[in-house]
Amino acid sequence: MADRDLEKARRAPLLGLRPAGFGTAGLRPNLYDLAIFILIAAAFVLAAHGARQMAAPSTHLVSNPIVLDPANLPEYALRTTLRMFAAIFASLLFTFVVATLAAKSRKAELVIVPALDILQSVPVLGFLTFTVAYFLRLFPGSEMGAECAAIFAIFTSQAWNMAFSFYQSLRTIPRDLDEVSRHFGLSPWLKFWRLEAPFAAPGLIWNTMMSMSGGWFFVVASEAITVGDTTVKLPGIGSWLAVAIDAKDISAVLLAVLAMAIVILGYDQLVFRPIVAWADKFRFEQTAAQQRPQSWVYDLWRRSRLVRRTTAFTGWLNEGIASLLQRAARRRVPASATASRAADLLWGAVVAAIVAYALWRIVDFTRQSLTWDDVGTALLLGVYTLIRVMVLIAVASAVWVPIGVWIGLRPWASTRVQPVAQFLAAFPANVLFPIAVVLIVALHLNPNIWLSPLMVLGTQWYILFNVIAGASAFPTDLREASTMFRLRTWQWWRQVIVPGILPYYVTGALTAAGGSWNASIVAEVASWGDTRLRAAGLGAYIADATAAGDYARVVLGIAVMSVMVVACNRLLWRPLYRLAERRYRLD
Amino acid sequence: MEPNNQAAPLVVVDHVRQTYAKGSGDSVMVLDDMNLALRENEIVSLLGRSGCGKSSLLRIIAGLMPPSGGRVTIGGREVDGPAPEVAMVFQTFALFPWLTVLENVEIGLEAQRVAPAERHKLALAAIDLIGLDGYESAYPKELSGGMRQRVGMARALVVHPKLLLMDEAFSALDVLTAETLRTDLLDLWHEGRMPISSILLVTHNIEEAVLMSDRILVLASNPGRITAEIPVTLPQPRNRLDPAFRALVDDIYARMTARPSGKAAAAGTFPGTGISMLLPRVSPNLLAGLMESVAGEPYNGHADLPLLAAPLQMEIDDLFPVAESLQLLRFAEVAEGDIRLTDAGKRFVQLDSDGRKKLFAQHVLAYVPLAGHIKRVLDERGAHAAPASRFRDELEDNMSEEFADQTLRAVTSWGRYGEAFAYDEASGVFSLDNPT
Repeated sequence: MADRDLEKARRAPLLGLRPAGFGTAGLRPNLYDLAIFILIAAAFVLAAHGARQMAAPSTHLVSNPIVLDPANLPEYALRTTLRMFAAIFASLLFTFVVATLAAKSRKAELVIVPALDILQSVPVLGFLTFTVAYFLRLFPGSEMGAECAAIFAIFTSQAWNMAFSFYQSLRTIPRDLDEVSRHFGLSPWLKFWRLEAPFAAPGLIWNTMMSMSGGWFFVVASEAITVGDTTVKLPGIGSWLAVAIDAKDISAVLLAVLAMAIVILGYDQLVFRPIVAWADKFRFEQTAAQQRPQSWVYDLWRRSRLVRRTTAFTGWLNEGIASLLQRAARRRVPASATASRAADLLWGAVVAAIVAYALWRIVDFTRQSLTWDDVGTALLLGVYTLIRVMVLIAVASAVWVPIGVWIGLRPWASTRVQPVAQFLAAFPANVLFPIAVVLIVALHLNPNIWLSPLMVLGTQWYILFNVIAGASAFPTDLREASTMFRLRTWQWWRQVIVPGILPYYVTGALTAAGGSWNASIVAEVASWGDTRLRAAGLGAYIADATAAGDYARVVLGIAVMSVMVVACNRLLWRPLYRLAERRYRLD
Repeated sequence: MEPNNQAAPLVVVDHVRQTYAKGSGDSVMVLDDMNLALRENEIVSLLGRSGCGKSSLLRIIAGLMPPSGGRVTIGGREVDGPAPEVAMVFQTFALFPWLTVLENVEIGLEAQRVAPAERHKLALAAIDLIGLDGYESAYPKELSGGMRQRVGMARALVVHPKLLLMDEAFSALDVLTAETLRTDLLDLWHEGRMPISSILLVTHNIEEAVLMSDRILVLASNPGRITAEIPVTLPQPRNRLDPAFRALVDDIYARMTARPSGKAAAAGTFPGTGISMLLPRVSPNLLAGLMESVAGEPYNGHADLPLLAAPLQMEIDDLFPVAESLQLLRFAEVAEGDIRLTDAGKRFVQLDSDGRKKLFAQHVLAYVPLAGHIKRVLDERGAHAAPASRFRDELEDNMSEEFADQTLRAVTSWGRYGEAFAYDEASGVFSLDNPT
């Protein structure tokens, strides 16, 4: 049995592409899912209620107006990047605390795991409405409030899947290594740094990378935002873009695209590649890999003298903290599970009471502000957006799966294309929106149809690079066998390659679909100067409600969208992923 | 260290029981009333087949697992968690892949808050002792299995334990490497260069137990209990080809295949009765292969199990389930360390593929109660189909989920080979219609 656990644990980080949250949660929604959903909805309701009470100050942040001068662009790019890193650090902190808590405490786990699962599906841009109002209140008259709101928005787009990944790693720690740690009496601190953190590193780093890729989209979207009377324009590429759109300045838009490209390339080369190359040693495997990730920055760093000093310093720091935390190593045997039965009941009662209160708040709030017609409208618009997302994912799959397979089966092509695809996935598509809008306006196209492709503009690449990864990992012997038996094209697709790449494809399509829902809030409403294009859909509904400061409809829109995303995940993607895992796993 | 056999034993296992709860509220007994004492300066083997609870016992002694009843004392102190005077070597090595050899060896010292300079010195000494010098900065994945297990041993020795526990420490290694490692360990032990006073090793390898230990405790399964205590007085170093050595191995084989008295001859080998008999997952190919080996030269239908095992490179964990499955199917008789084909077994070997399947089906349906039960249910039903969950539920009344799954898979595999019934994995349905 230890062998099997080991085998399982070894495989998960190698795959690395496993979407967070798919390993443990069940298909059927359970009582906890429902409870958590009510709690989250109630939190929104309370936030909306509070925001309405506050009557947000109608201040325009004019202290530092955005000037479309190329000389300012480097500074704006830097500000955007800093915001991004502030958010990622917050997400990491959240991950370490919350995921560890969930893994160590069964009671916390019962609440945290479904919460993370649902929060992953909540459209992040919806959060902005409340957070801007709150943070502006928190720091009256300063940019700090808006900064915090933007950083918080990015954080909410990143934290959940990172926490999920870390939690899953903690839960799949190989049994023998856990026994060794207990056997030698490692303190919790030492165990965390020697066993848990290294074991979770590959999965966490991969998810952080995905989070950052997604984050650029939100950093751009959250810098320039109007909520009711409040307009915020933080210095950054996103605000530059908003100003350029108002001014119909196409060359400024192109400059923003260029600046964004440079920023993302820089972050890839200077931050992520070195980290991935370094983290290679944490891959849980017993044989040396053929190909190791390379990074010139990491090589430079390793060769420099700095590294030894840093290592010595962190070692010293670690020892220091460890001795601060020194207490008698816990040499106790875990308590029996049956003893905590009463505590469980109490815990359940507390959760139930809170949920009941939350439900009452929601009903109360809804009765005051919304009618059944509103719900019907939101649901109908949700169906429009759902159709858009599904059609677009289908179209994107039809295009990118064959291309991805073609590339993935040719090593020379995949080594070149894969970084490009990952770059494109990280590139915030909303920077490109104005260009598309200019075209739609100029050619008098129907916005209901032609605004839609913007939703997958940035997310389709997840399909491409996952399919490439799947096709590259496809075993040579199976390919040779299918060549030997001269399988016809259709049979080859049906019986060989599609089953072979299915787990990877599902991962990519799921990520792409989730991203598209989020993007709909930005993509279904677009403007160019005074021209405002609008497609009927839930995203436009939320965007309009946000702009009008109509908190009740924002909450409704977010709730409907969350339900739809969760439903898609549970009813479509998760069963598909299970099928892929069970039937088509190649190992 | 002074030989000190008269003093109080180092480890005392006193009426230790281990049970685990089943879904239905009953509990399954894994270890029943274990008693043993480990003196200083001796190597003791716990010998038994998989599932006899020997690893559980080791983990209870190591303080990794609390016993359900009874107590363990080490050096007079009751064990209530990992004790500092115990170190363990793991079957899977259990090395941290992201730490170097040196860091892996240091980890126990680090946990004890030994100062960095001091633990460095101690770790280097242990690495030197175990023959790993030069590999200090290597990562485990760069090492062969044997070298990895040396790291595991160095890591255990560096904390200067009184008692070294070895959990099938050599079973993941190839034959040659394992032998080198055993010899090296014995040399260190007899030269008194290891800072330990006793070794307790768990193994399913009879020869390993005879080669290494001063005493062998033979464990039986379901529930795990000690059935024999065999002192090994052969002088060290021992020679596997020595007739006395062979005789002892034969004797232990015989003890381990002895029929439990009072039970029906063939049914007694597997735990459980009737349809809830726990079946091992043994491939029909393996069954046919063993029958062919026994039927052929030089055995001619009657073989000595240890002799049969050696050229096949099978250890008792591999060989016994096959032999006992043959016994259950009445293709062979196993007793006193010997296997003898029955007439049906001899006939099976002579038949062609179709004939073998027919004969196999007859025996499976006749002698495996669960297979007969499935067949009867399928015959009775109009559609000649029944979901596997129906049988799984029946099994789970009497065994754990894991065992029920194993048993159902075993019977499925045998039923499919004999074409007694078919099973569709996707729908989870047993049926009588084999695809034609």
